[in-house]
Amino acid sequence: MTDPTRLHAHEMAALLRSGDVSSRELTEAHLATAERDNRALNAWLTIDRDRALAEADAADARLAAARRDPAHALDRLRPLLGVPVGLKDLVSVKGGQCTAGSRILEGYRAPYDAHITERLREVGAVILGKTNMDEFAMGSSTEHSAFGPTANPWALDRVPGGSSGGSSAAVAAFHTPLAIGTDTGGSIRQPAALCGVVGMKPTYGRVSRYGIVAFASSLDQIGPFARDVRDAAALLHAVAGRDDRDATSSPEPVPATLAALPAGDDEAAGILRGVRFGLPREYFVAGMEPGVEARIREAVAGLEAAGATVEEVSLPHTDYGLATYYIVAPAEASANLARYDGIRYGLHAGDGDTLANYLATRGGGFGAEVKRRIMLGTYALSAGYYDAYYLKAQKVRTLIKGDFDAIWATGVDALVAPTSATVAFQFGSRLADPVSMYLSDACTLPVNMAGLPGVSVPCGLSDGLPVGLQLIGPAWSEARLLGLARGYEAITAGATWRRLEPTELATARDPLTPTPVERMAALRAVGAH
Amino acid sequence: MSTLSRGDVEHVAHLARLGLTEDELARLEGELNHILDQYAILAELPTDDIPPTAQTIELENILRDDVAQPSLPLEAVLANAAEQDGRFIVVPAIIEER
Repeated sequence: MTDPTRLHAHEMAALLRSGDVSSRELTEAHLATAERDNRALNAWLTIDRDRALAEADAADARLAAARRDPAHALDRLRPLLGVPVGLKDLVSVKGGQCTAGSRILEGYRAPYDAHITERLREVGAVILGKTNMDEFAMGSSTEHSAFGPTANPWALDRVPGGSSGGSSAAVAAFHTPLAIGTDTGGSIRQPAALCGVVGMKPTYGRVSRYGIVAFASSLDQIGPFARDVRDAAALLHAVAGRDDRDATSSPEPVPATLAALPAGDDEAAGILRGVRFGLPREYFVAGMEPGVEARIREAVAGLEAAGATVEEVSLPHTDYGLATYYIVAPAEASANLARYDGIRYGLHAGDGDTLANYLATRGGGFGAEVKRRIMLGTYALSAGYYDAYYLKAQKVRTLIKGDFDAIWATGVDALVAPTSATVAFQFGSRLADPVSMYLSDACTLPVNMAGLPGVSVPCGLSDGLPVGLQLIGPAWSEARLLGLARGYEAITAGATWRRLEPTELATARDPLTPTPVERMAALRAVGAH
Repeated sequence: MSTLSRGDVEHVAHLARLGLTEDELARLEGELNHILDQYAILAELPTDDIPPTAQTIELENILRDDVAQPSLPLEAVLANAAEQDGRFIVVPAIIEER
């Protein structure tokens, strides 16, 4: 058999069902790869070998029962039974650590499973561990993790994107076929683009956030990473749907078609025939790299050749998205992060009165970016400034959402756009100026402001680094949107770049390769940034 | 829109219960003002007649029957606390004895 880590989840599922491979074998292979490469990549904050192998054995028992006992026939149909998955380290797994990339949660052990953890257990997925992330999901590079940055498997001196950079790097480096991330302003789609994998942010409310560390509650949404569209759709299907413990999760039905995207490339390519795509002119921003723009234009030409039409459209309030987002998200974050008081859980510092202990715990436990956002948000909500900042931003948000609504009203099925204006950037290059880092999400954050689903799929390379194509659809159109993404995947199935693996996997395997922290220090020492 | 003074930065840090060093306060004064400059773009948009959007899905007043639901065991909830005493979390006194 070929290296099992190179398989897609749907291929693993077929081999598991036929008994040609066991979940234990698959899990062992992925654990070994993740453990070997993690020094160089730092994609994982926790690799829980014992728990994963126990889950794999349980999955093998379920698979065996399903083969011989009609009463367990349902398990024959579960696409994730026995398949490995990684979780961003803000998803609660009972008894396990959940740091959200922060010192303030170091040592905290989750007392319960998140809703999506429960769902993944039901369907029998094997949780390998927890992936690295920007602290409290605030960042676009994973450099804001308190536990060191993650390296991009395509270039180890570059970022994987963020905030879910550990998940995207782990999927790209074949540590796991599937991973969960969260996306508040682009934190799934942008790292998916920078690592050359598929990543989707579903509609706001599609997946219950019970048991997820909160960042900005009117924007946060959970979604899948995978190496192909069908796998991403299957993972979303497994976790989506209403949960009474998250009042913002929607009763909107989860369509079965999500788990039944066409396997055949001809059928999949046929989905594109007659589809009306809009190309938002404002997403071709100043500072966009020519190589990125070229790949997007080629993708557009491909969609047209497959029988779709692509018309230029306008989202006139796009330029206001960044400022709006960087008021709304920090304001909500400042409220959500008030819970870290050093009393009930997490880091406790200080031995004085209550106020002194708060100041010591929060001053010592939060990193620089989190402090910046708490300060911004607290200021934007403070007496005398609420109307000028927060209320103003909420009004502009209405205009941004209205831009998208106006386009759907014209009959456009989906928008096609770049996910990120640039390919993966070097460690340190955007740390000195927070605004330059914030600009990393210019093409993704309006989609969060409008609550819409968006998916990033690989569309080629620029200077040897992955470029992501973003498809954006109306609310609740995930199945349709992933179908279109599957169509694009099908029409590029023969492209040379589709067969390329990340260029620095061999270097990542080498135990002498520097860690990401060492790389950052070396770049700083030579004054690169 | 406005500019933050050093005193404003200290005030906001106090509101947020963040203990910051002199270096952090100085750096934040520059960074926050730089970020606030980016917000100025919003002032040019007329929004008097625009209603605010707090969230994007049309769900409101999600209610359930007032029935007790199972909750986590006390030991599980207390396990992460810095200091415990039986069924309680220990915190510094906030009311002086007289």
